Amino acid sequence: MNPLRRIGAGLLDLCQQIGSIATFALISIGRGLAGPWYPAQILRQMIDIGYYSLPVVGLTAIFTGMVLALQSYTGFARFEAESAVATIVVVSLTRELGPVLAGLMVAGRVGAAMAAELGTMRVTEQIDALTTLSTDPHRYLIFPRLLGGTLMLPLLVLVADIIGVFGGFVVGTTKLGFSPYTYIDQTLQYLETQDVVVGLVKAAVFGFIVTLMGCWNGYQSRGGAQGVGAATTRAVVTASIMILVFDYILTEIFFSR
Amino acid sequence: MTEAPAKIAIRGLHKSFGSKHVLRGVDLDVPAGSSVVVIGGSGTGKSVLLKCILGILQADAGSIRVDGSEVVGASGSDLEGIRHKFGMLFQGGALFDSLPVWENVSFGVRARQKIGRDEARRIAVENLEKVGLATDVADLMPAELSGGMQKRVGLARAVALQPEILFFDEPTTGLDPIMADVINNLIRSLTRAMGATALSITHDMASVRKIADYVAMLYEGRVIWYGRVEDLDRSGNDFVDQFIHGRAEGPITVGTR
Repeated sequence: MNPLRRIGAGLLDLCQQIGSIATFALISIGRGLAGPWYPAQILRQMIDIGYYSLPVVGLTAIFTGMVLALQSYTGFARFEAESAVATIVVVSLTRELGPVLAGLMVAGRVGAAMAAELGTMRVTEQIDALTTLSTDPHRYLIFPRLLGGTLMLPLLVLVADIIGVFGGFVVGTTKLGFSPYTYIDQTLQYLETQDVVVGLVKAAVFGFIVTLMGCWNGYQSRGGAQGVGAATTRAVVTASIMILVFDYILTEIFFSR
Repeated sequence: MTEAPAKIAIRGLHKSFGSKHVLRGVDLDVPAGSSVVVIGGSGTGKSVLLKCILGILQADAGSIRVDGSEVVGASGSDLEGIRHKFGMLFQGGALFDSLPVWENVSFGVRARQKIGRDEARRIAVENLEKVGLATDVADLMPAELSGGMQKRVGLARAVALQPEILFFDEPTTGLDPIMADVINNLIRSLTRAMGATALSITHDMASVRKIADYVAMLYEGRVIWYGRVEDLDRSGNDFVDQFIHGRAEGPITVGTR
């Protein structure tokens, strides 16, 4: 095939996919908001996404905070600016690493599970069965997941921020010779509300991306076990890439402020 | 074509998936209160036909009228209203595997009206009795049931809504001959008792002779023969003869797809 033609076909395919994902999201949100609501489903998703992701996100956060403290100390000692360590740890965590790492971990844990569950429901005709039982799959299955992800990821990130700062605190006070008082004082002194808010906005967007990719790929899956497996992989890969892309876009939007 | 007025009237129905033209102008009448069985080889579009009537798949061209209301192109509350008339038994049962049996059976009823858990459970047990299942099955999970029991629970779920029209997608596939006969008898007795119109698809000839009033043969996306089940053996149609006797030689050639 003509190479130019191949590029064009790929590009058209990509545009079509983006369009169909956007339509899918709009339909789910529109119908979900219009009701009827399924509080039990929403609660189940919130617990699944928020509560059960705490251990993995917490572990990621504490080690990230600890590594950040060590690494920034190594770097800043060269400028005799060791006192900046606490500030660097808290600002990097709240603005950047908290939301991104939590988003990636949740993509692996929750996005994959959603794609597998919905994919299995699709290939075993459970989604069609919902339709025949007067229940809109977008309202019953998709909207609670999107809502759960968008609401819970900011809360997860808030907890991750605190745990991460604690990780930095432990390393700072035990290995780097900070006094507990100075470390906490320097953590809070230069921290602005803005830093935390930016991180939480990012988290909400990432939560939406992860659940949307999980739902869409699962919902569209075809062809038995293999199709479900492929959907699961795609859900995690696309969500991870989109998290990194949107991370840059959001950072640039908030950069000037 | 038939005496009773048509409950479902299909005219010139077309449906393609990409370049695959599955339905190529299907004409079919399902007379009210009778049982029509669509036969045809695997991949001839039997399931697609059912899903088009339910509005799960959007037909490309043609008309499907249910009690005079057009399904093709209908959306929102119109489609929802038409779907209220249907109950469907899916091929694999399509039970919701996250819910116990009784919640599966009463799912549709609870989606349409607000009832308490006790009332829902009572309805579920009542419908399980109709398909010959004991009360203690109600608390099992679908994964704990055998294939035949899953089919029966699926049947109970389909009839729980007291639909005017029942669809059966290969009701006996994957069952042993005795269980298949049990299911056939249930289908016959339940639809008669409810006065429902039934549309089934199958390639099990024993099932056809047991549950059909009328038979339609689907081949290459069209209905090539339609008549009473009594006339099936003297249809004078070579395609039908080959199919009902299960011969490899004849006008129907099984290509390598």
